[in-house]
Amino acid sequence: MAGPLVQVEKLSKTFGAGETAVRALAEVDLVVEAGEVVGLKGPSGSGKSTLLNLIACIQEPTAGRLSIGGQVVWNGQWRVPDLRRLRRERIGFIFQFHNLLPFLNAVDNVALAMTLDGVDRTTARQWAGALLDYLQVGKRASAMPSRLSGGEAQRVAIARALVNRPQVILADEPTAALDSERARVVMDLLRQVAQEQQAAILVVTHDEKIFDRFDRMVALRDGRIEADERRAM
Amino acid sequence: MNLAMADIRHKLGRFVLTCLGLGLLMGVALSMVGIYQGVVSEALALSRSLRADLWVVESGTRGPFAEASRIPGDVREMVARLPGVAAAGAITLRTAEAQAPQGTIRVQVIGYEPGRPGGPSVIASGRGLGGGRFEIVADARSGLPLGATLMLGRNRYHVVGTTRGLVASGGDPLIFMQLRDSQDLQFRLAPAAARRAIAANSAGGGTDTVNAIIARLHPDADPALVAETARRWKHLSALTDQEQSNLLTQSVVNRARVQLGMFTVVLLFVSAVIIALIIYTMTMDKLREIATLKLIGAPDRTIIGLVLQQALLLGGMAYVAAVGLVFAARDVFPRTVALGPAEVAVMAVVITVICLLGSLVSIRAALRIEPQQALGG
Repeated sequence: MAGPLVQVEKLSKTFGAGETAVRALAEVDLVVEAGEVVGLKGPSGSGKSTLLNLIACIQEPTAGRLSIGGQVVWNGQWRVPDLRRLRRERIGFIFQFHNLLPFLNAVDNVALAMTLDGVDRTTARQWAGALLDYLQVGKRASAMPSRLSGGEAQRVAIARALVNRPQVILADEPTAALDSERARVVMDLLRQVAQEQQAAILVVTHDEKIFDRFDRMVALRDGRIEADERRAM
Repeated sequence: MNLAMADIRHKLGRFVLTCLGLGLLMGVALSMVGIYQGVVSEALALSRSLRADLWVVESGTRGPFAEASRIPGDVREMVARLPGVAAAGAITLRTAEAQAPQGTIRVQVIGYEPGRPGGPSVIASGRGLGGGRFEIVADARSGLPLGATLMLGRNRYHVVGTTRGLVASGGDPLIFMQLRDSQDLQFRLAPAAARRAIAANSAGGGTDTVNAIIARLHPDADPALVAETARRWKHLSALTDQEQSNLLTQSVVNRARVQLGMFTVVLLFVSAVIIALIIYTMTMDKLREIATLKLIGAPDRTIIGLVLQQALLLGGMAYVAAVGLVFAARDVFPRTVALGPAEVAVMAVVITVICLLGSLVSIRAALRIEPQQALGG
């Protein structure tokens, strides 16, 4: 293990102010190591999506400290001048409904993440094609998202999340739209990626059928960590 | 990777239909610009065709277009002898309704003396007027072909030549005829009225009256100076060609010009609002995609480029459709739609500015989309 890639210390998030203030996250501590796949569960309003948003740097914490890949990102204020660049280079995202751009085919959806990072289109498409082959959807490279099955689309989305070799992968209910069999395949794929790329993977999920695919399962309730269980695989 | 083009290709049918719809609106705005220019060019068409340097009219009037003017025909000889005058000719002008083969048409009849200033400068087909009477040269806008006959007053006239693009300020096509014919048409009384005038011993029988004398000057002559000399005759007024042109555009057709100009401005404003709304709708349709782009780290310039390129492509394609439409249909318009490269280019710049301004609201909205809007169902 190469050390923690996500380090959350006493991280809090409060929405609003005064009497109407809602504390969504209260002094949460969480460390995710390289190669680790961590599940985040909890009832609605428990703060799991807020925690994911804070780690993704798309919402600003109210207090605490956040580090990504050993670099302090927030400790009272943002410490990184270009958050989008940070997300582009270090964080990969997988969504519940794949969120592929409907006007780009599968390979271009994957290559887009690289071209945003300045890689020329030809090289980006070559890399994207190879990654789609690796994820066993290479034959669907030229298909538009509307022509892909749920499982295929989610694999393409995973390829997009991986193509810039991010240190951290954040997934928001990635198996919610999939049947049990495909959900397990996706999770096995994420485990494989975590191992091979030594990435830290954090997955928000309600899907009990994949709970056994996590190294750790963190349970949140009322903005606090209720349980943090390491699982024997 | 051009996201704007990819999105357009993805929804090509919708984009093309939007362009066509917007093209129709722009076509109307462009037509108004053409009609506006047409009113000005029509107003000046006759005076330009006559190539007159000086207009001599009745004293106290600014005729013959802005006001009625009647002067004796022999004034032509007086004007011809003025220093600096190379040639002078008498003309009459009269709006008339005539019986043509295709029905009743409204025309502006110009009477002049062949061989002297006053006739059309270019004959499109056939020949100019010769010595024969009851011949006319008609503008193509009248719909009269060579050899056709036209019933004017009590006489029948034969078309011996045609012109192109010669209309009066009101858009009526011009018809040229011998001065004597036009004087008869304009000033000779009907038989019954003539008998009554003779019985009353009034001077109703004289017809050597014209509406204006036009003169061409020697190249070294100063039109203002010659006009000043002509004004010394107390019964005459004189206008230089420049003064006549100003009068035509600033007085004769001024109200129509301003009306069309204001309508054009209103149309451009409406176009701007519609373009802005279309671009805004196109942008908001991609709310989730823009949020996803932001979440995966796309910089603002990528988002701005997406909106701006689509706005400019929309405006560009719609404008091409508009230009095609107007140029295909402009001959169907009853009045001149005068559109040249300058008008088309200026309008293209206006449309570009409208698209740029119209996309500002959408760009602002796109930049305010939060990346977390990509998350969740």
